[in-house]
Amino acid sequence: MKKRVGMEVSFAAAEAVKLCNVDVVAAYPITPQTHIVERLSEYVANGELDAEFVPVESEHSALSLCVGSQAAGARSFTCTSSQGLALMNEIVYITSSMRLPMVMMLVNRSLSGPLSIWNDHSDVMSIRDCGWIQLFVKNSQEVFDHAFIAYKIAEDHNVLLPVIINFDGFILSHMFESVELMEPDVVQQYLPPYEPKYALHPDRALTMGTYGMPAVFTEAKKAQDEALLASYPHILEAWKAWGDLSGRHYHPVEEFLTKDAETIFVTLGSFGETAGEAVKALREKGHKAGLLHLRLWRPFPFDAFCQAIQGARNLIVIDRAVSFGGPGGPVASEIRSALYNKEKRPGVYSMIAGLGGRDVTVRDYMQMFESVTAGKASAYEIFGVRG
Amino acid sequence: MNDANVYAVKTLTKKEYFAPGHRSCLGCGEALAVRLVHKALGRNVITASATGCMEIVSSPFPLTSWEIPWIHVAFENAAAVAGGIEAALKVLQRKGKISDKKVSVVAMAGDGGTVDIGLQALSGAMERGHKFLYVCYDNEAYMNTGVQRSSATPFGAHTTTSPAGTVVPGQVTWKKNMPEIAVAHKIPYVATATPSYPLDLVNKIKKGIAADGPAYVHILSVCPTGWGIASEETIKFGRLAVQTGFFPLYEVENGKYKITVDFEELMPLEQYLLPQRRFRHLAEDTLGYIRGRVAEQWEELQKRSAE
Ligand SMILES: Cc1ncc(C[n+]2csc(CCOP(=O)(O)OP(=O)(O)O)c2C)c(N)n1
Ligand code: SF4
Ligand SMILES: [Mg+2]
Repeated sequence: MKKRVGMEVSFAAAEAVKLCNVDVVAAYPITPQTHIVERLSEYVANGELDAEFVPVESEHSALSLCVGSQAAGARSFTCTSSQGLALMNEIVYITSSMRLPMVMMLVNRSLSGPLSIWNDHSDVMSIRDCGWIQLFVKNSQEVFDHAFIAYKIAEDHNVLLPVIINFDGFILSHMFESVELMEPDVVQQYLPPYEPKYALHPDRALTMGTYGMPAVFTEAKKAQDEALLASYPHILEAWKAWGDLSGRHYHPVEEFLTKDAETIFVTLGSFGETAGEAVKALREKGHKAGLLHLRLWRPFPFDAFCQAIQGARNLIVIDRAVSFGGPGGPVASEIRSALYNKEKRPGVYSMIAGLGGRDVTVRDYMQMFESVTAGKASAYEIFGVRG
Repeated sequence: MNDANVYAVKTLTKKEYFAPGHRSCLGCGEALAVRLVHKALGRNVITASATGCMEIVSSPFPLTSWEIPWIHVAFENAAAVAGGIEAALKVLQRKGKISDKKVSVVAMAGDGGTVDIGLQALSGAMERGHKFLYVCYDNEAYMNTGVQRSSATPFGAHTTTSPAGTVVPGQVTWKKNMPEIAVAHKIPYVATATPSYPLDLVNKIKKGIAADGPAYVHILSVCPTGWGIASEETIKFGRLAVQTGFFPLYEVENGKYKITVDFEELMPLEQYLLPQRRFRHLAEDTLGYIRGRVAEQWEELQKRSAE
């Protein structure tokens, strides 16, 4: 029954979206997201997926169109990268404030300029506070599985929030990896057809997208924040149910050799795979190194995170985006503030690395480790800049 | 089409879908147009609105003037949102997830939300052939933000960003011809209208929504506040705009032009322009220039509808 095949990760993503039986797909091509949209349009053209594929004229319209279709009760999907996300920005915030449970795959790529088609996280960090649930996945299987999981979470009537699945451009999206496919009936069992709580239809007059006077605006924002925080247990539930069905269990933070670790790397996305190799090599040399992969970025899993790093002396947080003129990488800064009120807290070293497709090797991680443990690292550094 | 006028009167509902109690200015021609359009559309409709006066006056949470399903998302994307609604209805009906009752999809925006910032989304939606009606409520400036010029502001008009100064006489560009841009997309139905000719307007909305593909109706919506006229003169100025040839009423059905409110002779343009505060600074040479271009436009339209 279970079928393991090798395929490009983008195609695994498209395959999963097809299995979600989405109703509307609207997207605009941008490297490295293109293969996903191309494949989805083929599915529709060949009758393998009964959906409206709308080849919009821009990303702004891609997301706007999905807002319309989702508001009318259709399971909707879009995907983009980098400049496409930047163009969508305005609507990204509106989507979450309207509580529309759609799913977007964001194939991470750096933001111009200079123009770069390569991978980092500057695109997603530009919408850090957009109010979507944000996940980072790191291999083909996780991409595939999270299509179902994301809709399951989003459409839960206790949640009703949009979800972004982040995965790294090229270094993941264009890899050929093995993935265990799921049978459509198993997916159906996990993800039943979408039952909108509210939908635009003449059977019921409904006003969506009102404007908020000062007397209600703060309350609306508080409610939105509470909704995002309250989604946390439902995210865990969706992962648990998927684990029971597939045998693959996911958690907000994934730990590798952290239990007795003195120095822990913190990563998002596929960089965790190489960092893991570095941790193994360090362990062989007798160093107490560990690795923590942050799978859930919003809502930030503070408790699970603090639990996981208990006892650590140093955290080396790898950020793949610069917060210009700020106190450190966006992830590191957040972790610092999360730990500030803890009595016992580790040193947090913010390392910016892997910008615009720059490789970060096992040796690089070892070097970061050495400088931190030798007390030579500064609190914030753009790592590996050539002189 | 005289019969259609009779037909329109008889079938126009007493029901208000754009309910009274909204917050538009006194004598707002745009609110009047919205009201008439939705009477013509009836209840089986979903409307997607752009940001602008009509959105602001009708939807301050927790109030709403809308007796139909209505959504506002942003300023420049009403056409894309409407396209999404249309796509959703199509696929959900095909899959049997909702009833197959016929539902009309409408996008509405001001001139700014249409001819400027929303032009790309509108062009995309028309080109893709979504079956929907796009209604532009043209009050010839960005009224919601305080009467700034748009590319639909007429030549010579004073606005807060095309001020009539000692050197520059107000707006220095000619009004962008949006209906012609819509026609260039080869969509089945394009028309101009104004609430001062309500039956003509209602007919056009009904034709637009019945068209087999995208339809575009451009409605001149008199704005007493922005134009500087008395609030009880809205209807009069809408009529004058048509009678002077400044805003001709016509339709283009599958490429075929027809002037729907025709005149043997046009009224003098000054009667329309000079009583309005936004035009009162116009010097004779500017007036002469406007007169020339309006006459040219009218002739061109006459020629096309004779074809
Ligand atoms: C992206 C964006 N830019 C600017 C604005 C500010 N804005 C809101 S409504 C508006 C003008 C609306 O003009 P128009 O479309 O002609 O409608 P009207 O208010 O005149 O009916 C502007 C500039 C906005 N909301 N969004
Ligand atoms: S400013 Fe003009 S268009 Fe806006 S509500 Fe007032 S009269 Fe109507
Ligand atoms: Mg306007």
